[in-house]
Amino acid sequence: MKRALGIAAVVAALLALGAWWLLPIPDAAHSVPLPGPSAMPAHADLAAQIERGAYLARAGDCQACHTVRGGPVYAGGRAIPTPFGTFYSPNITPDVETGIGRWTDDDFWRAMHEGRSRDGSPLYPVFPYTNYTRVTREDADALFVYLKSLPPVMQSRREHDLKFPYRYRPLLSGWRLLFFRPGVYEPDAAQSEAWNRGAYLVQGLGHCSACHESRNALGASRTQPAGGLVLNWYAPSLSVKTEAGVQDWPVHDIAALLKDGIAPQASVLGPMAEVVFESLQHLNDADLRAMAVYLKDLPVSEPAVRDRRSSRDLKAITARGEALYAEHCAACHGDNGEGRPPAAPALAGNRAVTQDSIVNPIRVLLYGGYPPGTAGNPRPYGMPPFGHTLSDQEIADVLTYTRNAWGNEARAVSAADVARHRAGPLW
Amino acid sequence: MIRYLARIALTAGLLPAAALAASDAAALDSMAQRVKPCIACHGDEGRATPDGYFPRIAGKPAGYLYNQLLNFRDGRRSHAVMTYLLDRQSDAYLRAMAEHFAQLHPPYPAPPALDVSAAQRARGETLVRRGDAARQLPACAACHGETLTGMQPATPGLIGLPRDYLTAQLGAWQAGARRAASPDCMATLARRLTLEDLAAVTAWLATQPVPVDARPAPRGTNPLPMDCGDHAGPVASHANGATP
Repeated sequence: MKRALGIAAVVAALLALGAWWLLPIPDAAHSVPLPGPSAMPAHADLAAQIERGAYLARAGDCQACHTVRGGPVYAGGRAIPTPFGTFYSPNITPDVETGIGRWTDDDFWRAMHEGRSRDGSPLYPVFPYTNYTRVTREDADALFVYLKSLPPVMQSRREHDLKFPYRYRPLLSGWRLLFFRPGVYEPDAAQSEAWNRGAYLVQGLGHCSACHESRNALGASRTQPAGGLVLNWYAPSLSVKTEAGVQDWPVHDIAALLKDGIAPQASVLGPMAEVVFESLQHLNDADLRAMAVYLKDLPVSEPAVRDRRSSRDLKAITARGEALYAEHCAACHGDNGEGRPPAAPALAGNRAVTQDSIVNPIRVLLYGGYPPGTAGNPRPYGMPPFGHTLSDQEIADVLTYTRNAWGNEARAVSAADVARHRAGPLW
Repeated sequence: MIRYLARIALTAGLLPAAALAASDAAALDSMAQRVKPCIACHGDEGRATPDGYFPRIAGKPAGYLYNQLLNFRDGRRSHAVMTYLLDRQSDAYLRAMAEHFAQLHPPYPAPPALDVSAAQRARGETLVRRGDAARQLPACAACHGETLTGMQPATPGLIGLPRDYLTAQLGAWQAGARRAASPDCMATLARRLTLEDLAAVTAWLATQPVPVDARPAPRGTNPLPMDCGDHAGPVASHANGATP
């Protein structure tokens, strides 16, 4: 069914592409004229601009994609697995041959704002220009000046390894017609300055929606209240209170989660630990608070929850799970899932346990994990991995138990669910 | 229903936990508690488990352990779960983890009985104790200590480890899947070993009893026969979170 939908969507995109060829419908991206030359004054303080650009590069977490483990920063090469194939990030150091040494500020602006490369060809939206288009010209210029100030690294980009038909770049024109509307963030006069700053960062450089929104078969964000799968983790929805919505949290705690990777209500693991470690912990308190103000004010959505209980004999599963829990989990998480803070969080009423998606609970049990080591939480406690000591069935049983004990209520996990997560990259 | 769940989350989830925290916090604020993820595989106090692969980490020189943590984090060694667990931690925290396990000395189990021929045993012992000058192979003991229990600050002991682990490491050095700071002397040496050498050395090492009170030899006990990057001490590294 999913495949059929996917094919239908591809066909729809091809039709849209055909329509674009046949009819004089302008590509939305093309219809926006380039703004005039950079607004930066000729005698701008270059050092200050570079410093600002460095900060913005942090806010955008550019290095997450544009740096390979142990490799030179911003020289690209990281593999980014997606449902469409594996992308390899380009070198964005100012090397003339292999980087952006020949780029001008207008070229860079066009990439950020319009999602087009220096030669005008459309970029794959794995580069989140659907977010970066919100960035102002002034900030884009600062980013560019910063990147140009880096030591050039000669490192050629590896070709993307994409499935049919996604390797045909012209298809992107259809995609852009359907899903991309360029436009710098426009402040909402009815909202506070902090709210607007937060919205600018969250929607723009922060590109939170790149992971935290579900995507359709063509990889475009959907408005449905569900998170997205990214790097084999589930990025929970920020609009659903039983997932990652923070509408009921104090602003202070939201900012703490972003800065420290841990708050009284939750901690971050997996790809979000990387975001906190490389990006968010380096932002200033005013910006973090602004993001928190905006995230707290996101509209609340009700989740589309599947059947709480599976058709299997939940009672028998939970009995097996209860025994496993007592043996392996209770010492840290408590006999009644009450936890032993700060070393081990409560599992009773913990939405990381009870969220409808079973992806993260399975991964945490298989592989464990530490929240990021940050200035506010420099020596984090961690969850041990159990993948080598417990079987798929045992992990399914103990998860089903914890998801349905102490007032928790969530659908059961099967051994087959667990088996699916024993392969693939961990981060 | 959602509201009901949310209320449970706020009451059941947070209040009892907060009450417990006060009494528990002091006991929990220890490195032993923080390295629980490590001992899931490496055994209680890092003494290894009977599983036969995961190596003992207790009592190894802190400099060695620290180098390995950096190597996993920064991609010079390959083990997906190790890299994943260490991925977003500071140099200082990894150093603290290394020092924690370095000062633990739980007892060693008796070595396993392996089916090793006398000839293989002799070949292994000769390579370990005397090396093979003709092939530019120094004795393992030259760097890893006369008692093969390691040398400060950064050379690990070679006994008390599972044969599977030793075999995997030498194979990884040969294949380039395990690396160390340059000059990478172990990579150089491992590539001079034949398959038969490797089998003999690992068989002999894995069946040696470990002396009671085994400790790494002090720094500089032996002059090193080769220049090794890791001997200089911990590798300077750019932390992932450092300003690029």
